[in-house]
Amino acid sequence: MSALQTVIEGARAEGRAALIAYLPVGYPDVDTSIAAMVAAVEGGADVVEVGVPYSDPGMDGPVIQEAVEVAVSAGVGMTDVLRAVAAVSAAGAVPVVMSYWNPIERYGVDRFADDLAAAGGAGAITPDLIPDEAAAWLSASERTGLDRVFLVAPSSTDARLAATIASCRGFVYAASTMGVTGSRATVGDAAERLVDRSREVSGDLPVCVGLGVSTGDQAAEVAGFADGVIVGSAYVRQLLDGRGADGVRVLSEELAAGVRRARVGA
Amino acid sequence: MTALHPAAPDVRDLTARPEWPDATGHFGPYGGRFVPEALIAALDELSEAYEAMRVDPEFIAEYARLQRDYTGRPNPVTEVPKFAEHCGGARVLLKREDLNHTGSHKINNVLGQALLTKRIGKSRVIAETGAGQHGVATATAAALMGLSCTVYMGEEDTRRQALNVARMRLLGAEVIPVTTGSRTLKDAINEAFRDWVTNVETTNYVFGTVAGPHPFPAMVRDFQRVIGDEARAQVLEREGRLPDAVLACVGGGSNAIGIFTAFVPDADVRLIGLEAGGDGVETGRHASSITGGDPGVLHGARSYLLQDANGQTIESHSISAGLDYPGVGPEHAYLHDMGRAEYRPITDSEAMEAFALLCRTEGIIPAIESAHALAGAMKVGQELGPDALLLVNLSGRGDKDVETASAWFGLGEHGAPTDEDARAVEAGRGADPGPGLDEEQHATEGAVANHEAVAGQDAGEQA
Ligand SMILES: Cc1ncc(COP(=O)(O)O)c(C=O)c1O
Repeated sequence: MSALQTVIEGARAEGRAALIAYLPVGYPDVDTSIAAMVAAVEGGADVVEVGVPYSDPGMDGPVIQEAVEVAVSAGVGMTDVLRAVAAVSAAGAVPVVMSYWNPIERYGVDRFADDLAAAGGAGAITPDLIPDEAAAWLSASERTGLDRVFLVAPSSTDARLAATIASCRGFVYAASTMGVTGSRATVGDAAERLVDRSREVSGDLPVCVGLGVSTGDQAAEVAGFADGVIVGSAYVRQLLDGRGADGVRVLSEELAAGVRRARVGA
Repeated sequence: MTALHPAAPDVRDLTARPEWPDATGHFGPYGGRFVPEALIAALDELSEAYEAMRVDPEFIAEYARLQRDYTGRPNPVTEVPKFAEHCGGARVLLKREDLNHTGSHKINNVLGQALLTKRIGKSRVIAETGAGQHGVATATAAALMGLSCTVYMGEEDTRRQALNVARMRLLGAEVIPVTTGSRTLKDAINEAFRDWVTNVETTNYVFGTVAGPHPFPAMVRDFQRVIGDEARAQVLEREGRLPDAVLACVGGGSNAIGIFTAFVPDADVRLIGLEAGGDGVETGRHASSITGGDPGVLHGARSYLLQDANGQTIESHSISAGLDYPGVGPEHAYLHDMGRAEYRPITDSEAMEAFALLCRTEGIIPAIESAHALAGAMKVGQELGPDALLLVNLSGRGDKDVETASAWFGLGEHGAPTDEDARAVEAGRGADPGPGLDEEQHATEGAVANHEAVAGQDAGEQA
């Protein structure tokens, strides 16, 4: 079965949601970013989204943009990403690559799938690739058994929700708010509605929520209705503010406590 | 190359659309939609509303009325014989998009998309802009139709095109300088997409060229094809024949697609797109996506783009803000691959030489973007010789470029730019004003020599 689904179901069996941490490779440099990913795992992240730096991150807010720009300028590429994937796997969490589509297409879709599988990666999240355009990736992931995570949004029609989820393997990424990545004061009830709608068609595929979660309390709130809580900008903020791997570990601990606090009545 | 349609230029249905894109916006392997799922509903809404609108007689009448009474269409075709002496003696006709209200072809598209915005009940428009012409056009349409308007413009471009920033603000638009990435058009597009995904319930994105996700490439083409539909009829009427070649500059590609579309079925008419060659394609400092790039995905579609081995977009370079873009619309990629259109680079120097020539020989100050097409005509004319008839799209006028041109040529109070000179950097290049002005050129009677062209102090006062 899918590596991502297995780890998320393992968390569910413990009566909690999974914690999914995003960090981009190459900020402030490749080695430090890998150390930060390992620290996120040590602090309690079940899954690490290993971010591929991209020059035109249209879905990201200012925090992630700032970090990724540094990595892009330094020429960080797929070789570094695969090294980070292997390190996360060695640290005992499940690595999944998060990449805009062009870096994968440029690397070669089949080559990417082969090398990612060899490095111990579970699959890839592709925020600007919809299943309608994904023929090459669908067949490469089929061939290699990799997970493929597509996004659903509050604006997705029921028909699109069903079609997109049918193409997902591993989990469904519910982009909770209409907007870009970044911390928000409240997560909003759009997230819960989207998760409910997704569950009607997702069968036993886990539904995880991203965009806007930054604190333990928010993680607890989201863990009350989702199978996994995805946190990105708040992790990156630790690095931007110079708190390094230690800051990342502390945040992970807070969030990991959050995802365990929720399911009292569940 | 195969004939795309049977050649029957005089009787053909001029409004017939090309067979591409397909229903999901693909031009062969190009185009499509590479955007976050959150935008798909808005793109579907736009596609559906647009398909209904384009055949709605009420829209057709309203759009035609605006084109006539507001834009001033049809604009003329002008023969430029003195300029043509520098084109190997070929005859040169200019399609005068520079005479449109707001000064470029961009208004054609914007009026259509503004009507569409009202039709789908949204009250705010956003736009990206490079040279500022699309921003000005969008701000204009927003003022006309009572929409609120935000324009994203790379910080670098707000300096290069300060006049247009002021125009947009006068028209009531909010102009947001974009300070991310290369601070030019590509980053303005990223920022506009971020705004759109956040505010999509109230806001429509009025995209300025034939790039971006479906339906923009097809929709913007449909709104711009009036250029070629008019020009083809005008040339046939005055010459009794079609031109041998149709030339246009290519940034994202909207003015080029606009003039090409009517001629695509005319297999004997060469279609030539001129890309911005910057310092020369071989230097790596250019904006020639087709000549110097390769296929990939940028800004929502697959097409040619400038990218490195990691798939990162490479910053483009051009003296022309409107062409300073590392991508190109997918239909151009398709026309290129099937051999129906050719694409060539024009360097900054070549463009500025053509710019100066048209000013002095014909009394027409072109946009620097359009000057790339003029420089193309100088080359193609030499190749084809005196029997050739060239149709060049003069996509815009050069008022916005007077500062840049003055710095380039060392006119006015601005001495020749140096490395230390901020204006030289604003003009899009470093130290050397380049061989732009053809000092040897005596062909034009009454032309004023460079050093006596404008009294410096006077030029400075007018800015
Ligand atoms: C006068 C003029 N021509 C051409 C362009 C390039 O755009 P496109 O290639 O879409 O026609 C611009 C863009 O700002 C422009 O202002």
